[in-house]
Amino acid sequence: MKALVWHGKEDIRYDTVTDPEIQDERDAIIRVTSCAICGSDLHLFHNFIPAMLPGDIMGHESMGEVVETGRGLNGTLKKGDRIVVPFTIICGECEQCRRGNYSVCQRTNRNKSIAEKVFGHTTAGLFGYTHLTGGYPGGQAEYLRVPFADATHIKVPDGLSDEQVLFLSDILPTGWQAVVQCDLEPTDTVAIWGCGPVGQMAIRSAVLLGARHIIAIDCVPERLEMAEAGGATTINFMTESVVERLNELTGGLGPEKCIDAVGTESHVTFSQPDTIYDRAKQMVALESDRAHVLREIIYVCRPAGIISIPGVYGGLVDKIPMGLVMNKGLTIKTGQTHVNRWTDDLLERIDRGEIDPSFVITHSVGLEQGPEMYRVFRDKSDSCVKVLLKP
Amino acid sequence: MTYLANMTRRESDPKIISTGRSSLRPADRVVRNLGWFSIALGATEIAFAPRVNATFGLRRSSSLPVIFGLREIMQGVLCLSVEKRVGAWSRVAGDALDIAVLLNALDRRNPKRENVKLALASLVAVAAVDLAVAASLRPARATRPPQNYQNRSGFPQGLETARSQHVQISSQDGSALSIEERRAQQV
Repeated sequence: MKALVWHGKEDIRYDTVTDPEIQDERDAIIRVTSCAICGSDLHLFHNFIPAMLPGDIMGHESMGEVVETGRGLNGTLKKGDRIVVPFTIICGECEQCRRGNYSVCQRTNRNKSIAEKVFGHTTAGLFGYTHLTGGYPGGQAEYLRVPFADATHIKVPDGLSDEQVLFLSDILPTGWQAVVQCDLEPTDTVAIWGCGPVGQMAIRSAVLLGARHIIAIDCVPERLEMAEAGGATTINFMTESVVERLNELTGGLGPEKCIDAVGTESHVTFSQPDTIYDRAKQMVALESDRAHVLREIIYVCRPAGIISIPGVYGGLVDKIPMGLVMNKGLTIKTGQTHVNRWTDDLLERIDRGEIDPSFVITHSVGLEQGPEMYRVFRDKSDSCVKVLLKP
Repeated sequence: MTYLANMTRRESDPKIISTGRSSLRPADRVVRNLGWFSIALGATEIAFAPRVNATFGLRRSSSLPVIFGLREIMQGVLCLSVEKRVGAWSRVAGDALDIAVLLNALDRRNPKRENVKLALASLVAVAAVDLAVAASLRPARATRPPQNYQNRSGFPQGLETARSQHVQISSQDGSALSIEERRAQQV
């Protein structure tokens, strides 16, 4: 089959690889009908997330049709079923899964011993990601093996298009969880840093979850335009001071709820000198993440406010003002998304026409164009916000 | 490389049969090689500073090779990083500086003038490569004019309808409560 394969920093190739096989009775194999490039794929593309190996198949946002099933699925899936595959692989039985904390499933990481050494405890296996999370082959391919498939799937009705439901795999529940973690009150102002795909979903989620005022921060005009269309007031950090503008918009009090939908790769610019400092340290491996957004959020967030971090961080972050966090009484909530905790509700909302996540797709191309599209998405050129790939 | 990549795969995981086209452009590969070249050159300049001074007829105690060597290493690191465009242009600037210093060493009284001439000729050739690579490392080219996303609300029934439909979701278990129910709970 054809697949997008990681060969090293900025080196994704459209390779021919052997087809996946059933390895366990709880496995299923799907023929991928749609997949997408995620912002966190760019962290892998840039080799900022440790423990990628040449030969790893990329992709953790995919969906398709079941073509083969293991014997242990107990009727939960059958050939021909149309499913979206959550990026977190879950067993559905361990203590964390039973609590709905799916992204920290205790059983599905097949490199559990390494994860325990690095993270302290294991987290769930993830598709198309680092070997710290199992090194499972990803879904930017013609076929995908879905381990623990009886639990790791979202069945979707035929009436909804791939474009409408694909993002249940990651960015929609990720944006949703980011806002839910804010414990919104009807009077709240939510500030969202980053108007990439997750930021856009967080804006729509904040609308549906009743935020009084949503403020979105970015520097790419098309993304800011899309954020405005979703109901946000926008701040372009290249042309205005984020802190001054946020204080102005909140009567000097700061936003109660802040969402970091940027993560490890803050935009590097001379107007934000700490980003230059971070970039220099990152280059010589003295730091793994550029945490400008996190620092800014801690500074501007209203005392007793909540900071929600869906943006991916890879490891060691420098110069985080914990004194401010402590003295301002801020609460920080973060984590990979517990996808299946939210997807029943979100699927119903899509079905009812409350939200249509396909608004975010700006490029829809064949899988063979994947290597070029990684660069287009990375460079934010061609008005690119989200790339859909059709194998 | 493909063989090594396949060695790290688990038995039943897909293995590479043949490799196809890459996201790396030719210029990306060249700048990567230039990065390693910079680091090697810089380290050599630092390690053999007195010999470099002697080769170009500089004062034996001159610290120029060490300073320029450190600069080369920094340029190399930049070329190998994601900021490779900055790295490539820093190499162009470094070439200009090297040429200026060597032109200064072309003094008729310098007994190593011939060495300086040779080095200048090589530098001009390298500078031409650096310039060509730096100029070709542009971001991905736009294939269409800037798009208008003003109508992409994501709410098929409109933004105002979406605003009126909100419910409160518990961050603990994902259960839904209306705003009114939540207020009642708080009371």
